[in-house]
Amino acid sequence: MLKTTAIVVGAGHCGLAMSRCLAGRSIDHVVLERGEVAQSWRTQRWDSLRLLTPSWMTRLPGYAYRGDDPDGYLAAPDVVELIERYAKESAAPVRANTTVTSVRKDERGYLVQTDQGLWHGRSVVLAPGASTVPKVPALQGGVPAGITAITPADYRNPSQLSDGGVLVVGASASGIQIAAEVHRSGRPVTLAVGEHVRMPRTYRGKDILWWMDAAGVLDERYDQIPDLIRARNLPSMQLVGSPERTTLDLNSLSQLGVHLVGRLAGIEDGIAQFSGSLPNTFALADLKLGRLLDTIDAWATDAGLDGGDPPRRFAATAVPAHAPLTLDLRSGAVQTILWATGFRPDLSWLDVPVFDRKGHVRHDGGVTPSPGLYLMGMPFLRRRKSTLIDGAAADATDLSEHLTHYLDSN
Amino acid sequence: MTTIQTPVDNGVNVEALLGVREALANTPEIAQFQWRTEVSWVNGTHSRSSVDTFYGLGEQQQHKTTFTYDVDHPLAFASQDNGITPVEYVLVALGGCLTAGIASIAQRRGIQLRSVHATIEADEDIHGILGADPDVRNGFSGVRVTYTIDADATTDEIKALVAQSQKRSAVYDILTNPTPVTVDLS
Repeated sequence: MLKTTAIVVGAGHCGLAMSRCLAGRSIDHVVLERGEVAQSWRTQRWDSLRLLTPSWMTRLPGYAYRGDDPDGYLAAPDVVELIERYAKESAAPVRANTTVTSVRKDERGYLVQTDQGLWHGRSVVLAPGASTVPKVPALQGGVPAGITAITPADYRNPSQLSDGGVLVVGASASGIQIAAEVHRSGRPVTLAVGEHVRMPRTYRGKDILWWMDAAGVLDERYDQIPDLIRARNLPSMQLVGSPERTTLDLNSLSQLGVHLVGRLAGIEDGIAQFSGSLPNTFALADLKLGRLLDTIDAWATDAGLDGGDPPRRFAATAVPAHAPLTLDLRSGAVQTILWATGFRPDLSWLDVPVFDRKGHVRHDGGVTPSPGLYLMGMPFLRRRKSTLIDGAAADATDLSEHLTHYLDSN
Repeated sequence: MTTIQTPVDNGVNVEALLGVREALANTPEIAQFQWRTEVSWVNGTHSRSSVDTFYGLGEQQQHKTTFTYDVDHPLAFASQDNGITPVEYVLVALGGCLTAGIASIAQRRGIQLRSVHATIEADEDIHGILGADPDVRNGFSGVRVTYTIDADATTDEIKALVAQSQKRSAVYDILTNPTPVTVDLS
């Protein structure tokens, strides 16, 4: 059995940020990685995907982007390279190609079984990645035979899809990006739109994330917001990272010719049923965006930044004149369903009783109820930015401090 | 000048509702409710429904009194008009649900309501229910709700109340999404 003080599971940006903080505190540790550093970015990202955050926001403990395009958005291979370089420069003790098969508690800490042997650590940090396993709703069972189902984790580019129509389910970042590119490839797209977070790429001359960062919106803490359950379940922002800094929203998708329909509510006898709540779905997202812009404008005034581009408000999301409530999946009009319905972490190997009734790890800002066991990288873990690369530094700093106190007092 | 802040009171006990939500965290099973009504045919298209019990919060519950509702069709349908039509009850239910939501959410958000009024209209092509055109559905082809609200809030805040009340409304969900329904004979 191999022994160390802390075991970090996952060598993505979160695990490596934690490793850097632990090293800074002289805590012996190892980072176990099922594949290579930044595995998901190597294997689970479509060809055109770029980071949603501008490159200058790629700030990790002791590291920052130093390329020549700070306002650009890194492509997946660039993200891999950046995370790899970070691991090297940090001299992170990564054990690659080491798959964790179980984590159990014992009297002195945790037993971590891997396919490369058994480890023992006094503390374990779970950094499994929030976007590892695609979530597909149970109603997929009703999809008729002959239709190909695919998720953003398997999707690479439109040419891998059959010719013919595509139903994209879900209108967050993945759904809108894939819908646009598939529709442009000549495969007519119907986009089923549930709750979404509308976001312009730029506002008043700057990236929207610049404003959110500067105004402190991304730093909002999990223990200081009114409704944490809601905040942790918010879909990802409707953003795309493109060299042109394009805003891709539902209005621009409509203009492309993508058909917008309501949330996929059921599939009965091969017929997809869409919710009739589309107008309110749009209203909620438009109002939410308005509140964000109000916050930004108020901050800009306080910060003396009113000299530049003036405040503006975006056109309401246009309700289609005809949004069908049903779509016959047996008619041949749809050849492919793309489930852009979110992701979850893979924690199937965690044999510690910290799960709630919905299978999520219970935690207070990343501190689980099992002493010495920590979680990173989940939505609004400690801050609004916890799932952004830029959020790892603050969370790793806080949690490594907590972990140190835990070690000192046990 | 001194401003005296009057506490917002829309007559909604938000603390009790939040208390239930907190209690659900430890006892999720108390969230399981069952709603019931009994209906008896009277004559013609006239029937009478009664509602007195339901199940929820882990036990049988009782309304303060048994409520009864006459359901019928109008004279224009050669009926006796002993009560409103079933589809009108749906509109009553939608309006009641959304308006309760608006009051509750306003209370939670510290918005004092002065008046809330809605007009609800639903379109139905009765070719469907008469079996006269197989391409026409029985139910509504569309429902429009128009609120007029006077409250101590900005226009966007009032719009957000109306949007959030739809998001959290059971009847709105029932109308906009499919629900499995079984009808058996005992």
